[in-house]
Amino acid sequence: MLDARPAPVTTAPLIQVEDLKMHFPIYSGILRRHTGDVKAVDGVSFFINAGETLGLVGESGCGKSTVGRALLRLYEPTAGRVIIDGEDVARLSPEALRKKRPTMQMVFQDPQASLNPRMTLSRIIGEPLDEHTDWTDKKKQDWIYELMDSVGLNRRFANRFPHEFSGGQRQRIGIARALALNPKFIVCDEPIAALDVSIQAQVVNLLEDLQDRLGLTYLFISHDLSMVRHIADRVAVMYLGKIAELSPRDDLYARPLHPYAEALLSAVNEPDPVIAAKRRRIILKGDVPSPANPPLGCNFCTRCPRVMDICRAVKPDLIEVEAGRFVACHLYPTTAAAGSTGAPEATERNQQGVTR
Amino acid sequence: MTDSDIGVAPPETLRAAVWGQFRKHRGAVFGLVVLVLLIVFSVLGPFVWGPEKLSVAEALKSKNLGSSFVHPMGTDQLGRDTMQRMMAAGKVSLAVGFVAMIIAIFLGTLVGVLAGYFRRLDGPLMRLTDMFLALPLIPLLLVMVMLFRDKIARNLGPEMGAFVLIVFAIGVTSWMHAARIVRGEVLALKEREYVLASRSIGATSRRVILRHILPNVVSPVMVAATLGVAEAIITESVLSFLGLGFPPDFPTWGRLLYEGLEYMQLYPERVIFPGLAISLTVLSVNYIGDGLRDALDPRIRGR
Repeated sequence: MLDARPAPVTTAPLIQVEDLKMHFPIYSGILRRHTGDVKAVDGVSFFINAGETLGLVGESGCGKSTVGRALLRLYEPTAGRVIIDGEDVARLSPEALRKKRPTMQMVFQDPQASLNPRMTLSRIIGEPLDEHTDWTDKKKQDWIYELMDSVGLNRRFANRFPHEFSGGQRQRIGIARALALNPKFIVCDEPIAALDVSIQAQVVNLLEDLQDRLGLTYLFISHDLSMVRHIADRVAVMYLGKIAELSPRDDLYARPLHPYAEALLSAVNEPDPVIAAKRRRIILKGDVPSPANPPLGCNFCTRCPRVMDICRAVKPDLIEVEAGRFVACHLYPTTAAAGSTGAPEATERNQQGVTR
Repeated sequence: MTDSDIGVAPPETLRAAVWGQFRKHRGAVFGLVVLVLLIVFSVLGPFVWGPEKLSVAEALKSKNLGSSFVHPMGTDQLGRDTMQRMMAAGKVSLAVGFVAMIIAIFLGTLVGVLAGYFRRLDGPLMRLTDMFLALPLIPLLLVMVMLFRDKIARNLGPEMGAFVLIVFAIGVTSWMHAARIVRGEVLALKEREYVLASRSIGATSRRVILRHILPNVVSPVMVAATLGVAEAIITESVLSFLGLGFPPDFPTWGRLLYEGLEYMQLYPERVIFPGLAISLTVLSVNYIGDGLRDALDPRIRGR
């Protein structure tokens, strides 16, 4: 069995992201001139403590997956710092980055596409070992079997190919591969989006179980708000390449501060029919602006139900308005951090569906 | 764990699994048998059977004969035994076909993978491919043969020299289609999540290509390769016909075909036998490639 690692006793957070930007250039015209950038991620900052799970939510195309990939430097970030376990991953040399890779791993969205159809299960799980260890075949095989045990795969499956497994089992293979090198940090890039509901719970519970046993730190990217509520400790809500709100889970779900977070959370299904009947959804008008040409002011100003003049001119910064709660919105002025404690009553009502 | 010893025994090896699936493909097995027969015919045939040596006067009398026990495939206009020439020709044609195909596929796959995987090489390598495609083939081969034939013949002897030159010439002028197909496939493959996963593990480009890209471009490469064999055999005969290939009295299937053309209306078997041999080779190689492609794909192998 995998040994539980004692949680590191460091005061600095394991992951520290500062002003991460990921712009994809647009070339157009006959001369393929650089005419603009798709600002998929435009100045994102957050931290994740060791052993913690940060949920990252937002609608399709808001840059969630790009953040995850840029964090592991699968993309070369345009700007910003990504400090993982004391080293700035965004600036490591190729060889140092390769040495650093075992610390950080990724679980992918589509378990079908993330496994090479021509490799057997044990070769897939063993691939990280081939890259980073000089173990004997026997030792590798033993470790592969242990990994399979720990994610709940029968050892008999070791020589089968990915197409012989169900979606949930394939995702377990992906998780076993991510665990092979004893990582500290795992980016889960919508690991449950391609699975059906009964399997989603299994996979999420497996992830939680592994976190408890191995002291893992997750960045859990998802658009399934109820699943994020289940697994995350803190949640960041992204909109058009920026973080709109970053709050502890319970606070966010009880009382979202940012108008976008509020609208997003109003879309969560309510299992209780009595409450569901009273629930009023906030329906946003219009479309998400193009990330190639975001609005001058706040990215959300084109659809915000509570838009003010200042929103159209000035981009709000992500500031701490209450203890542990960061919001990028002009509704919460920088200077009135203390005064905003008066707001809860109003926003509480708002959660019941009374839009102002 | 209680079931720790269950999975430990590794089941059949990959080679056994591939052979098991290959055998189930009836066409592929048929193709393999035909190809082996053709190879046996041309390589071992001369040791088993040969016509008696004739004097010039006898040969003159025995020209343009039909099939008989003495000459199973008849004789040609100079009284040479056609079956003996078919055997000698088969050795050369098969060798040219396969070696030229291997060279072309190697070059094509190399260029295609490099162009598809490394963005910076894509432009230059694909322009090079376009350039080769735009070159008129026959004049190019003509120039190559004129320039190098004597030098190579001096070092390797006229027949071996011609063989090396022809194989090389065909190889370097027929890799372009394979390169284009492979590049397209690699462009699609390298965006797949398992390639991304491999990179997130920290695998070097070389490992990613060898482990993930190459095994997955096998299918198109296999198709290109089987077609390449046929093309190489035909191109060789064109070259020989133009006097750029092997010496005039040196038989190859392509040359026998061209020589027989003149007499086609009187003696159709002169064209039928070499034509049949070329067609059978091409067909059997095609079927073998088909079976091999299926056998190498675990998704099909499982069924």
